[in-house]
Amino acid sequence: MEYFELLLLGLLVICGISTCLTKNLLASIVIFMAYSLIMSILWALLKAPDLAVTEAAVGAGISSVLLFITLKKLRDIRRKEQDETKKPS
Amino acid sequence: MKRKNLLERFREWDEDRFDLTAMTAGELHRKEPVKVQKSPIPDRPVERLAEGETRAFRRIFPVLAAVLGVVMITFLLMTVVDLPPFGAADVPSDNEVVRRYVADGMRETGAVNVVAGVILDYRAFDTLGESHVLYTALTAVLILLLSAGEPSAKKDVGSELLHRDGIVTMTASVLVPIVILFGVYIILNGHLGPGGGFSGGAVIGAGLILYAIAFGSSRMERILNLRSFRVICLVALCFYSLSKCYSFFCGANGLHTVFSPGVPGRILSAGLILPLNIAVGTVVACTMYGLYSLFQRGRI
Repeated sequence: MEYFELLLLGLLVICGISTCLTKNLLASIVIFMAYSLIMSILWALLKAPDLAVTEAAVGAGISSVLLFITLKKLRDIRRKEQDETKKPS
Repeated sequence: MKRKNLLERFREWDEDRFDLTAMTAGELHRKEPVKVQKSPIPDRPVERLAEGETRAFRRIFPVLAAVLGVVMITFLLMTVVDLPPFGAADVPSDNEVVRRYVADGMRETGAVNVVAGVILDYRAFDTLGESHVLYTALTAVLILLLSAGEPSAKKDVGSELLHRDGIVTMTASVLVPIVILFGVYIILNGHLGPGGGFSGGAVIGAGLILYAIAFGSSRMERILNLRSFRVICLVALCFYSLSKCYSFFCGANGLHTVFSPGVPGRILSAGLILPLNIAVGTVVACTMYGLYSLFQRGRI
């Protein structure tokens, strides 16, 4: 069991660092989702099931969905700007 | 001279791209096209210098960020090393408050789950504040985003397209009832096992979001629109505030209350904790779905 926890902690650190270092924003959000999922398993192992449920629902679910939507909106705005700058020329 | 030029360039860039007043008025798309590419290669030496300065700043920035991160990590790790070992007998958090909660919590609040007893009975005032903070945050987002999007001209193309996707629809039709039922279970079982209003409400909110993604937000609007959203949140928060006012008043003056702890372990026990869990759960579920809807379409 201890090895499992150590493995999860190592994965947590890797996920945390690669979330910051990934250039692709979509991949960064997905890694952040994985981070939340690992964190929720760790909460369950630390005997805090309340937090595990909340972390899984909020961290891995809702906040990732909000980030995805924000990314989509940003891409829409950028595409619109590109179209507008292309049109006059 | 050089500095003034840089500042002016920044202001220009700022006003052209991030015109906040225009953005809140929904005029971002109506603005005239920005002609940035007037002269791709700066011909004046001053401009070239300014360009070089930005590049140098960009190069220094990651280094400074890394240094700041290392300093923060060092300080935090030093604090962690200084902490007493886990489960030691003389930790400062092991005082009469914790002992009272653990020893008398079940008798005094009627909740088998001591955490729920602490959150919704001993420290109910904090939870009340949290619910209000969540609702206030959503109201602020509402003010910002509702005025930005045009009210009804924009169709939500994304969900219309996804609406035809068989895999998403099929998965959602199987998963949504289970997810929402699980959330209801977490809320209703909050005083008996792990869980409670916030986590259950978040699970229900995730289920509602999944439903809206799979079947389109217009179908969701029949159940939950801005009007019903306001009414639900208002009723839940008012119920919470009034019932807790009553119980605080009675508790402080040593009066008899109609809410009794009951028999610990039964579903209808623990006095106010179950209704409060339901109130918090509805507010959180509505808020989570409202956030999604505002981000996605600019309205609820």
